[in-house]
Amino acid sequence: MPNAIEVVNVSKRYRIGAKAPNSIREAITGRLAWRTPADPEREVWSLRDVSFNVEAGEVVGVIGRNGAGKSTLLKVLSRITEPTTGVTRTRGRVASLLEVGTGFHAELTGRENVYLNGAILGLTRREIGDRFDAIVEFSGVGRYIDTPIKRYSSGMYLRLAFAVAAHVEPDVLIVDEVLAVGDAEFQRKCLAGMGAVGAQGRTVLLVSHDLDAIARLCPRSLWFDGGVLRLDGDTQDVIDAYLQSTRDGGGEQLEVEDARGRVLLHAVRTVDPSGQSTNILRRDRPFDVEVDISVRERIPGLDIALFLVNQRGARVFDEVWSDVAPTRAEAPGRYVASITVPPLLNAGDYAIGVWIGQGYEEILSAEAATNFTLEGSSKGRPDRIVELLLPWQCRPVDDDAQHQQPAASHQHRR
Amino acid sequence: MAEQLAPPQPGGRWVENRPSRGFRAIDLREMWAYRELALSLALRDLKVRYKQAAFGVAWAILQPLVGAAVFTFVFARMADISSGTIPYVLFAFVGTTVWAFHSSAVTSGTESLVENSLLVTKIYYPKLVSPLASCLTPLVDLGISLVVLAVLLPIYGVNPGVEVLALPVAIALLFLVSFSFALWFSALNVRYRDVRYVVRFGIQIWLFISPVAYPLQLVSQPWRTLYVVNPMVGVLDLMRWSLVDGPAPGWGTLGSLLVALVVLLTGLAYFQRTESRFADVI
Repeated sequence: MPNAIEVVNVSKRYRIGAKAPNSIREAITGRLAWRTPADPEREVWSLRDVSFNVEAGEVVGVIGRNGAGKSTLLKVLSRITEPTTGVTRTRGRVASLLEVGTGFHAELTGRENVYLNGAILGLTRREIGDRFDAIVEFSGVGRYIDTPIKRYSSGMYLRLAFAVAAHVEPDVLIVDEVLAVGDAEFQRKCLAGMGAVGAQGRTVLLVSHDLDAIARLCPRSLWFDGGVLRLDGDTQDVIDAYLQSTRDGGGEQLEVEDARGRVLLHAVRTVDPSGQSTNILRRDRPFDVEVDISVRERIPGLDIALFLVNQRGARVFDEVWSDVAPTRAEAPGRYVASITVPPLLNAGDYAIGVWIGQGYEEILSAEAATNFTLEGSSKGRPDRIVELLLPWQCRPVDDDAQHQQPAASHQHRR
Repeated sequence: MAEQLAPPQPGGRWVENRPSRGFRAIDLREMWAYRELALSLALRDLKVRYKQAAFGVAWAILQPLVGAAVFTFVFARMADISSGTIPYVLFAFVGTTVWAFHSSAVTSGTESLVENSLLVTKIYYPKLVSPLASCLTPLVDLGISLVVLAVLLPIYGVNPGVEVLALPVAIALLFLVSFSFALWFSALNVRYRDVRYVVRFGIQIWLFISPVAYPLQLVSQPWRTLYVVNPMVGVLDLMRWSLVDGPAPGWGTLGSLLVALVVLLTGLAYFQRTESRFADVI
């Protein structure tokens, strides 16, 4: 197949800090200083000499830590920002879904937003009209389509937004982490939709922290690390290498911050029952996962999710704070949020990811924030993910059995 | 399927993204392809404005009427300003109508990129669409005001002559002036947020140094000649000539057109030059 995406020696530099003036006064008073050569310490290379090609019809995953350059790559490919050096080429209609519901306006009705969002994604009114019924059906919003979306639940909002995006029918689809939002049912629908997109011969580039989804959808993946394309190849190999690298790093002290400096993630730790922070835990004991964060400003609806990925890339669970605690810490300060994991996981290596957000909006995330090993025997059954030791019941259903085992019916009432 | 769509980029064509150097020409074909986005954004702003407003469109009728009434009271009754042969109410109504458009287009145009920063940072589109859409929205209010004027004219016994045929030209010049300034300010505002404050009170000052409430004839020399650099002078002259039988526009209108074109071309140049960095600095 011919190429649909070509990336040739692309680098992207961002200047941060006070060198560039942000107000007219600074521009005037700092005019002389401003022209001096750029301070290299105030430069960040989000992408460094990245080259790769994607053939038409390929579905390619992009993985890497926060700040690895994934989002910058998507922005350059979508032509939202220019590369500092190098060139990207895309063929045909490109739709970039860097955010679900870009341009949605709370005051407008679902119908009005579908047309607006469609126009933003590059559809003409007629094209949206042709797809309108399909979009409404996909979204499941139904009779609320003429209600202002400020009255929608966040789930309805997301479903409608994704429904529009799913009907753009581009030649090249660029998706950033839209799977991180929404409930399980919605995610399944999105994945099905995206699988269908790939099957129709469209080219897809998918960034996700959900390694499981990447593994299912993308035969090939790219791993970015510090702006550099570390590995390009078969998804399973790339995920293995990626998880391996984070294991080597220990991941004890992260000290990562979001772009606006609202939240600083100090560390994600695993703690054994004696209170000792360690990466080696016993599978027959409970353990705690702690998220150590500093919140710099009041963030209403601050939410944390923890997810556990096993060595085969399957997401064993994700636990979201807001699912169980409607009121959460809002005031600035340093917090340790933790969950206790009961002893039910099989022995093996695990990675823990963390997502910190406000409502559905991500503030920062680290998908392999720390790793740990559950020591112990898998009791000869390495394939099972959990061992629940659920109680068994046995109830006789024919006369013979009832006569022979009169006590059986009492057994399960213990 | 993809072939049936009329995509912004024709299917199968390679689109490149590489570092830009210096000035680029405006891609008019691309702007045309994105015309529906401009209309959709303008329509959004219009709808949002009148959502949950009990009187809805009545506000669009009331605003220029109240403005003209206030001007009539202050300038014609108290300051005894003469508007020549034109009834002062009509004179002021045209003035406030033109100014309402200009003020709304320039101030919302200034904010058009910053207010839509999510669009700028998440979606590719020719950014010129944003200030353009902001200038399209107040056209609706202008249209409503003109309908109100059509009702007022016979009440005051003014019969517009063939000059009314020049109305589209007058509106085009008004749009050109407002859009040119919106273009400059929207791009500057991405970089320097001071611009919005400067624009907000700058528009107020501009109102008083424009013949909105008073005729240009009342301005003494040499100031009157200096007024040529104010492109709104030509717009107001042209509007009043075409609508309420005002004096015929002179060379000053041509001067206004020239000034507007200079602002437009420099604005386009600045916009095109900084556009590639909008997403990075906004």
